Amino acid sequence: MGLLSKKDAKLITDPLADNNPITIQVLGICSALAITAELEASIVMSISVLFVMGVGNVVISLMRNIIPSKIRIIAQLIVVATLVIIVDLVLKAFAYELSKTLSVFVGLIITNCIIMGRFEAFALGNGPWRSFLDGIGNAAGYAVILIIVGFFRELLGSGTLLGIPVLGDPIEKTGLYSIGYENNGFMLLSPMALIVVGIIIWVQRTRNKDLVED
Amino acid sequence: MEHIELFFKSIFIDNMVFATFLGMCSYLAVSKKVSTAVGLGAAVIFVLAITVPLNWLLDQYVLQPGALTWLGPEYADYDLSFLSFIMFIATIATMVQLVEIVVEKFSPSLYNSLGIFLPLIAVNCAILGGSLFMQSREIATLGLALNYGIGSGIGWFLAILAIAAIREKIRYSNVPPALRGLGITFIITGLMAIGFMSFGGMLTGGDDDAKKEEKTVQVETDTETNKDLANNIKIEE
Repeated sequence: MGLLSKKDAKLITDPLADNNPITIQVLGICSALAITAELEASIVMSISVLFVMGVGNVVISLMRNIIPSKIRIIAQLIVVATLVIIVDLVLKAFAYELSKTLSVFVGLIITNCIIMGRFEAFALGNGPWRSFLDGIGNAAGYAVILIIVGFFRELLGSGTLLGIPVLGDPIEKTGLYSIGYENNGFMLLSPMALIVVGIIIWVQRTRNKDLVED
Repeated sequence: MEHIELFFKSIFIDNMVFATFLGMCSYLAVSKKVSTAVGLGAAVIFVLAITVPLNWLLDQYVLQPGALTWLGPEYADYDLSFLSFIMFIATIATMVQLVEIVVEKFSPSLYNSLGIFLPLIAVNCAILGGSLFMQSREIATLGLALNYGIGSGIGWFLAILAIAAIREKIRYSNVPPALRGLGITFIITGLMAIGFMSFGGMLTGGDDDAKKEEKTVQVETDTETNKDLANNIKIEE
């Protein structure tokens, strides 16, 4: 391994499954669930979080020795808020429709516990490069769950992926619809996101018994 | 009337937890026991009641396009709304710190019950979400903003109280091992959210939610008539 030592690579791969921020650490659920009705929105949200986490972790890690511990929460919030403003303005400029769908949830990246959690737990005690990897890894773990949930909700709810119909046309009754398949509009409603995540947790913990809570 | 409507709407229809998933992290983390859940819930009501009106003032007089006219006519063109995230979160963080100091000084007993939760609250999405929704829903007056803050706080309180009570009981149930703890909590919350959706019909004064629902209902009936048509065609064949 030239670029990444084994320890560094673990920082990225761990959060993807065994230490996933959403299903294991229970962080960052707040803004994750409401926007997963469409795959596109989930992907954009994941990229935004990836950016904020990567850059934010580096900045906090660089400043870790000059932030007094009493006001560190405010300092961290200001760093994240600045990054989120950048994301919000970029989205408004290049993907206006999407930024309308995401509405306040872009702003809520600020209080996404995943970000504060990683700042507290990792960036305040480690160098910039390792913090960057940790940020990317955790954001990727978050992205995986978001994309899985978004994939199933959009596929089962409206029969499309990224807005492209994949199961045939529900009105013309082509493809799957010709044999009597119906879209499950329930999947588009927000409560189903919780249930889908619950099922993901179930599957993951059935496969890996170590994660089971008593 | 307007006040009562907004109050019930923010408690039941736009419930922070069940309709918008705000504050889920602390909702899941602190709902193992009813007593701690009550403490956190009370702290959320308290902080929302302070920060939403405060951020409303900030929004009206500093951030909105043209809000700075009170400084003089030359400031009328300024639009600082891109700063709202950073201003809101700074207000919330400072207010939480301030409230913590004041409560500690004047009411040690309240501090003992609320105190440990207050720092948690600064990064609770429900608080920032309250302010951001207040901004995006264009709440008209300071009174309504206060009302909205308290209403959403009570909604959050009810939600965490309910899930904490259920989690205390569910300890005696035979849940599949892999679902224990987090998994079953997610699914219960989902089911509760579906239950709360039935409140959507509570206020049908021609507001946006009601209109949206009418639309979906119409779509459903359309597909039904399509089905009927298809059946008829089959029968005819």
